[in-house]
Amino acid sequence: MAEIIVEEKGKGGKKKAKKHPPHLDMTPMVDLMCLLITFFMLTTAFSKSKVMEIILPEKLKDDKPQEAPRISASRTLNIILGPNNKLYWYPGAVKPEDFNNLPPLMETDYSAEGIRKLLLERNRTLAKKIDEFNKDVISGKIQISQDSVRGAISQLKKIDDTGPIVLVKAYKDANYGNFVDILDEMNICGIARYTFMKIAWYEVKMVETAAGIQSGTAKPATN
Amino acid sequence: MPKIKLPTKSPHIDMTPMVDTFAVILTFLLLTAQMRQTEPANVDTPFSISEKPTPDFNMMTFLLSNDGKIFMNFDNGGDTLTKFRPKILVEVGKRYGIEFTDIQQREFEKYPSSIGVPIEKMKEFLDNKNMAERNKLQTGIPMDSADNQLAIWVLYARQVNPNVQACIKGDSEAHFETVEKLLDILQDKNVNRFNLITSLEAAKINLEEIQQ
Repeated sequence: MAEIIVEEKGKGGKKKAKKHPPHLDMTPMVDLMCLLITFFMLTTAFSKSKVMEIILPEKLKDDKPQEAPRISASRTLNIILGPNNKLYWYPGAVKPEDFNNLPPLMETDYSAEGIRKLLLERNRTLAKKIDEFNKDVISGKIQISQDSVRGAISQLKKIDDTGPIVLVKAYKDANYGNFVDILDEMNICGIARYTFMKIAWYEVKMVETAAGIQSGTAKPATN
Repeated sequence: MPKIKLPTKSPHIDMTPMVDTFAVILTFLLLTAQMRQTEPANVDTPFSISEKPTPDFNMMTFLLSNDGKIFMNFDNGGDTLTKFRPKILVEVGKRYGIEFTDIQQREFEKYPSSIGVPIEKMKEFLDNKNMAERNKLQTGIPMDSADNQLAIWVLYARQVNPNVQACIKGDSEAHFETVEKLLDILQDKNVNRFNLITSLEAAKINLEEIQQ
């Protein structure tokens, strides 16, 4: 500061153009930018949405009756998406001689304590294997590229023969969210074999009994 | 005792650094921006743990609203280099004996979101410039067995672009009957692989807890 004063004194009374640039008031610009930022924040889709892949078995075009693939009833788990976000399940299969005396449905829910626990208990061996594999990859015990992790896990799923075979069916009053939830649950629990199929007439009946719906439309198909 | 007078002049704050910061944020937002599409129906997608990102092209999206309407979108918005949209429109129009002018085709090409207009109303829809009146015409694509226009759209979309993937964007409250019908139509046209569009959610499983 002292220096400047000295300098000015040295120049005497001579007038000199100001060295400082004129001061601009930036406040309106800040206001404007604030507005623009808010606008962009609100109109931008930040996280890109994700997709979940599902492959359904091919539809049979010809009318030739095909033999159903044989699966062991002891490993089968039927999950039925019910009305009002309810979820029902029963193990095994319903035999034709049981049609007059249908087994009751167990009720559960979409929470971690409900269906996830049920699935994990049945899928424990495979889920443990996948979990251990993931841990090994994270800790660096297994050197593997990120792309091959998926392949390795699907290989683990392929050779597994202890996990349940899950058949997902939907009652007509279920909603799309239930459908996605249950498929998501399959991915979380690492279920190797699951498929989505049309609900059978006796299962409609079972759901209606369990949920207390009176419709009586469920009848065996004629063919 | 005289009061101490505080200077009334407001302190001047230099706003320039603030402007700089804002300019940086603004540039960032502008460059990364992906405009949120205004869909004809409000859709709340369900959550899943899937981390696979939505493909940017080669896709046909089916939008399921919770009142059972279906809208369709190709390649996620207007301007793609491939220009599949007008081709699909022309093919579908031919099937129903409707010819679309160049202006109508361009209008269809740059329409930014899903379209759910019956083909008979399509000309009226494309000629109309008013957004509100347009939205009134969006009554969903007919898909009953008597007039299954959805199947025709799927058929020609796959003919024009054989690599097209089916994406389903549904409201979590959407009725399952609609979903089942859509899956049925798609499977009739030999589409067996579906991408369900979801939002990301984290899920943890606790194996130790279950083993006890």
